[in-house]
Amino acid sequence: MKPVQTRLRTPLYARHVELGARMVDFGGWDMPVHYGSQIEEHHAVRRDAGMFDVSHMCVADLKGARVRAFLRQLLANDVARLQSPGKALYSCMLREDAGILDDLIVYFLTESWFRMVVNAGTRDQDLDWIRRRAAPFDVEVTERRDLAMIAVQGPNAREKAAGRIPAQHRVAALGLGTFVGAEFGDLFIARTGYTGEDGWEVMMPADRAVTLWNAWSEAGIKPCGLGARDTLRLEAGMNLYGADMNETTHPLESGLGWTVAWEPADRDFVGRATLARIRAQGCARRLVGLLLEERGVLRSHQRVVTTAGDGETTSGTFSPTLERSIGLARVPAGTGERVQVDIRGKLLAARVVKPPFVRNGRPLVS
Amino acid sequence: MSNIPRDLKYTKSHEWVRTLADGTVEIGISDHAQHALGDLVFVEVPEAGREVAAGDACAVVESVKAASDVYSPLSGTVSEGNAALADTPELVNQDPYGGGWLMRLRPRRAADVAGLMDADAYAKHLESEAG
Repeated sequence: MKPVQTRLRTPLYARHVELGARMVDFGGWDMPVHYGSQIEEHHAVRRDAGMFDVSHMCVADLKGARVRAFLRQLLANDVARLQSPGKALYSCMLREDAGILDDLIVYFLTESWFRMVVNAGTRDQDLDWIRRRAAPFDVEVTERRDLAMIAVQGPNAREKAAGRIPAQHRVAALGLGTFVGAEFGDLFIARTGYTGEDGWEVMMPADRAVTLWNAWSEAGIKPCGLGARDTLRLEAGMNLYGADMNETTHPLESGLGWTVAWEPADRDFVGRATLARIRAQGCARRLVGLLLEERGVLRSHQRVVTTAGDGETTSGTFSPTLERSIGLARVPAGTGERVQVDIRGKLLAARVVKPPFVRNGRPLVS
Repeated sequence: MSNIPRDLKYTKSHEWVRTLADGTVEIGISDHAQHALGDLVFVEVPEAGREVAAGDACAVVESVKAASDVYSPLSGTVSEGNAALADTPELVNQDPYGGGWLMRLRPRRAADVAGLMDADAYAKHLESEAG
């Protein structure tokens, strides 16, 4: 007998199928990988405007008088940095041994209400972890399954998207600063993203998702799949949870040292003691960007040969903007600029670079 | 609906075979296969002179997303790899049965070609995979 497997669907599932999307399993969700050409979708975001259904991601509201104190203990970055309402922060959530449970964005909305967006694949374990630690702080954690989320990204995305939201909100929505979100009627609009371009991530009641998607499509925002989302984020030098880091790696060997708030020294966040010990001893590995200098394509789990020992690629793809292959790799700390990557038994030359590779439409490496 | 030319032979792993006038065969991947892979960005073809057995991985086609092996439908000696694909891998997407051919092969036994699927059998195979 064939096991019955039901993949989860977002409110936009039927729309994706109508548009001819190639659907794939992504963390248990049936999601569009592309609607015809992944490369065209990628270019649309770099040059104009594209949109992604990211309703599979998990939105959770955390409410309670002591929610800020709770998050200062839960997260490696410090929500004390969030002082004006709507401001967002990127952070890792660590285990006691400093392994990364997830990376997430947290918004400060009011002194008793923060909103968090975590990865789809880690949803259940995250919520379980958060709820167990929230109880002593009397913080209530509510998963917002009633919300859908669409990311509109690209140099013209905000302008095009703003034309199709209620008129009274347009000016204020376009005035949102970088990494700031706010409620506009039943929309929550945030100037955030995962592409290295300007844009919004918009949360909405699930039953409004198709209407907004169609309106934005008419406004010239191109539907884009998870394939383009991956090449865009990799060009932008952003980590993917489960590929570039997971619970067996810590932030300092994952290119995420900048997200760990060490000050104030008396803030005792989960994982701090272990991470401080690793920092004091010196970190043995680091995550770097790779540019392949020969023909071929970097993929995850390829061996990286360096004079300091072997490393491994964690992500790799063909970069449509640079028209060559790029990747991220975890390598020995003493790795120099020249390395080789084992691709199907051949050692190909690659150069170590500091990500991002591309930002705001422009190559940053050559 | 994917294009399945009637004058070619096919394999279950989505390669096609065309018999040329000089007795060699041209090999590529089907329209269905190129569509399933998406935009190709790198193609590795075998060098002339290489001996391959039927079922051997003989070429690699890489889309933005993933690398896939191409299996030789026949045993024989590679007479030519399509050098144009080094700079223009997208030919496989644009013209899978023409400019996007991968390699030419001199079969060890010319009669083996007859054992491959014809267009009707391949169309049925695609239906069964979809079901």
